[in-house]
Amino acid sequence: MRFEEWNNFNSGSWENEVNVRDFIQKNYTPYEGDSSFLADATEKTTKLWEEVLELYKKEREAGGVLAISNDIASTISSHEAGYIDKNLEEIVGLQTEEPLKRAIMPNGGIRIVEKSCEAYDQKISDKLADVYHNYRRTHNDGVFTAYTPEIRAARSSHLITGLPDGYGRGRIIGDYRRVALYGIDFLVAKKKKDLEELNHASITEELVRAREEHFDQISALEELKVMAKKYGFDISRPAKNAKEAVQWTYFGYLGAIKEQNGAAMSLGRVASFLDIYFERDLASGVLTETDAQEIIDHFVMKLRMVRFLRTPEYDALFSGDPVWVTESIGGMGIDGRTLVTKNSFRVLHTLETLGPAPEPNLTVLWSTKLPKGFKNYCSKLSIKTSSIQYENDDLMREYWGDDYGIACCVSAMRIGKQMQFFGARANLAKTLLYAINGGRDEISGKQVTDKTIPVTSEYLDYDEVWEKFDKMCDWVARVYINALNIIHYMHDKYCYEKLEMALHDREILRTMACGIAGLSIVADSFSAMKYAKVKVIRDATGLAVDYKVEGDYPQYGNDDDRVDSIAVDIVKMFMKKLQKQPTYRNSKPTMSILTITSNVVYGKATGTTPDGREAGSPFGPGANPIHGRDTHGALAVLNTMTKLPYKYAEDGISYTFAIIPKALGRDEKSRVSNLTALLDGYFSKFSHHINVNVFDRALLEDAMEHPEKYPQLTIRVSGYAVNFVKLTREQQLDVINRTIHENI
Amino acid sequence: MVGKIHSFETFGTVDGPGIRFVIFMQGCCLKCKYCHNRDTWSVHSGKMITVEELVKEIIKYKSYMDSSGGGVTVSGGEPLLQTDFICELFKELKKHNIHTAIDTAGSIPVSYEIKELLKYTDLVLLDIKHIDNEKCINLTSAPNKNTLEFAQYLSNLNVPVWIRQVLIPGYTDDKFDLKRLKDFIDSLKNVEKIELLPYHDLGKFKWAEFQDEYALEGVKSPTQAEIEAAKAILGIDL
Repeated sequence: MRFEEWNNFNSGSWENEVNVRDFIQKNYTPYEGDSSFLADATEKTTKLWEEVLELYKKEREAGGVLAISNDIASTISSHEAGYIDKNLEEIVGLQTEEPLKRAIMPNGGIRIVEKSCEAYDQKISDKLADVYHNYRRTHNDGVFTAYTPEIRAARSSHLITGLPDGYGRGRIIGDYRRVALYGIDFLVAKKKKDLEELNHASITEELVRAREEHFDQISALEELKVMAKKYGFDISRPAKNAKEAVQWTYFGYLGAIKEQNGAAMSLGRVASFLDIYFERDLASGVLTETDAQEIIDHFVMKLRMVRFLRTPEYDALFSGDPVWVTESIGGMGIDGRTLVTKNSFRVLHTLETLGPAPEPNLTVLWSTKLPKGFKNYCSKLSIKTSSIQYENDDLMREYWGDDYGIACCVSAMRIGKQMQFFGARANLAKTLLYAINGGRDEISGKQVTDKTIPVTSEYLDYDEVWEKFDKMCDWVARVYINALNIIHYMHDKYCYEKLEMALHDREILRTMACGIAGLSIVADSFSAMKYAKVKVIRDATGLAVDYKVEGDYPQYGNDDDRVDSIAVDIVKMFMKKLQKQPTYRNSKPTMSILTITSNVVYGKATGTTPDGREAGSPFGPGANPIHGRDTHGALAVLNTMTKLPYKYAEDGISYTFAIIPKALGRDEKSRVSNLTALLDGYFSKFSHHINVNVFDRALLEDAMEHPEKYPQLTIRVSGYAVNFVKLTREQQLDVINRTIHENI
Repeated sequence: MVGKIHSFETFGTVDGPGIRFVIFMQGCCLKCKYCHNRDTWSVHSGKMITVEELVKEIIKYKSYMDSSGGGVTVSGGEPLLQTDFICELFKELKKHNIHTAIDTAGSIPVSYEIKELLKYTDLVLLDIKHIDNEKCINLTSAPNKNTLEFAQYLSNLNVPVWIRQVLIPGYTDDKFDLKRLKDFIDSLKNVEKIELLPYHDLGKFKWAEFQDEYALEGVKSPTQAEIEAAKAILGIDL
């Protein structure tokens, strides 16, 4: 097949099968230069962005939510076309008919939608309430029909937390590029063929599900055409130029966020794909660099306006209003050419043309082999905006090839070939306390897990506690995966991501993405038992409620093998237990060391721990040590991170780093080169991820007192970025109290 | 071989090129009024460490030195008070192909040991406390004779040098003195860089811990304009 929209593209197998990677490899132009070619924002861009900022302001003044589309259960094509300012917009499309007006998606759970509406003094329409309470079961309802008593107990005691059982699971990346490259009709034809082939002599349950899903996928693609038509575009055919390619890709993404309120709705890896269209248009003279930047700016503006209706508790858990429109940028090809293109620069450049912002979640896939000009541009922007996260492409390429993207914060997946069943995380610090208390909760005193023999000695014995912890982890891993099996069964049944999955291959890899919280606390606790003495203080019922650490012990985060090796053992031990569990759709268990910002909430729900951490105080975020315990400097803590084995945490290991500008060097030039060198040094040691923040504590303190002065102040937290002024005061203090590396 | 160190910093970015492992040696023979490492003066405190232990620690950070063109800087205190130790350390570091620097005031007479050390030293960060001898004595309690001779010696040997001068309003910012300093630097043939370090009082609290009076109480950090004026005299690119 050959479309005229493909003129001047090099041929390949991509023409006959859906294969975006092949198209990229045959057609892209690696860019080895620096940032000097970039163009400034156009007048049109600046004007439009000012209008968006004005809308943001109105949204803040309205208490966080500007408007709710409360009478429509959102689907891909449910809403009429919406614009910010039609005459100025190069790229169009909003989730509802008005900017920042939030859609409702009750398939995930009607109660959460109702609660969210109530929080903003609104109500969903009676008709919708009737349908979802009386006729249509939701994902949330489905899950609770099947939850077992032990899952409920583990969940309500915060042993297993953040489960996507009341909201959309997210973390699925549709290959939105396919919409631009092939147009919908081509994709539908391929899916129809897949459906035909899903027909064997014996129709098994698995096959029934696959057939139904394919039917739904096809209808989702058709619906996407209807939606695009409302904006005046015919996306049945491929995109014919750069602007259309961006528009078509965005339509694909927009369809997904109209249909799904997923916890993380990531974009994938579109920049260098789109660059091929930009290069073609630049070469033929129909586009200038200024035009190109304008299109990207307008695209990114739309990504910055993605909104979901969520409860205030949800926002408190995740800090602000995150969407995780993660775009993965850069990386190297397996043939040794860099995947950095001029468009990689343009996307990053939006941090300058539009100023810093938490979304899209700009994620640079770092390789020590990236072109120097690109590395230094990233470093420069990190120093200026603290808005970029970095993940190790040299490490992940070995696992996922060269066309993977990051979902949410740190979860790598081959685009269009892999999805995950998001599983939030188990609280290992609490698991340790349960091991000591025979399965009773240290706060409520309730028996939560199966009864086990508690520790009764005055001082904790390392070997005894390790053995009990190991056993308790068996229970937690089993109940945890059981919960996820139920959740994802129900999500597929009642809240299937039909458009996102329509932009996947027929055969895909599914991972069961578990996670752990409290790693550093457990490691430090065992270190305290081994190298100091930990005295147990019990209440009248024999419940261990407090611990006194006598003496010093090596602490996690200081490049000290005595304790870092304990952390490694914990990671391996828990991952191996997850691997033993049977999983829904034979998904492959993986694990992340990531808390997002819920480290504060997890801390609140967890009693005093044997490392000396007080009840209620925050955990370290992700794989970070507890604030203030990394006393040996920036590189020592980085070295600790490099020891955590990605092989046992394939869903990602998040580390958040903060440093004052002065500590990076005397002047801008040396700061840039030192940050680049720091990233090279860190990633050359097989570490996975780093959030880079460059700021002075005083700046944050000022922003706390005068939020109006810092509407765009962005900081990186565990795996994503947030608007600092949108954090709760408690979270702001948590960020300020984090270790900020300084030297004088 | 055992040395006496105060501490080390694993991510030094201001004491030589690239990312550097900076070792602060314990003990100093000067008494600079503006010293921000007051706690490194005494030769009676500090932590004993062997060359072997120190090298083991340094190697952990080699990937960062390699990626940045960095290395190891021995600072202080006054590193030249423990020349033998540093010499052994540098010999070992050279086996690992690590760039070596010493950050010194050069206030010790050039000895056989120092000459030996310089064979393994890639860079000297030479802190000229004051070009004027009287003012130098007032500021540091010692004359500048040894420092200037050391600078000359390094020039003769052609050891790469970065000259450093702390800019303290009212003490080292006299235009005439800065001009003299510039002339002196111009007479040397091995100077790769001149660094003007604006005075700050972030180390003041350490003086209080020693119950010492802080002689520069009330002296402010130089303004941007003062820094630029001094840089212009010293011929440093703005």
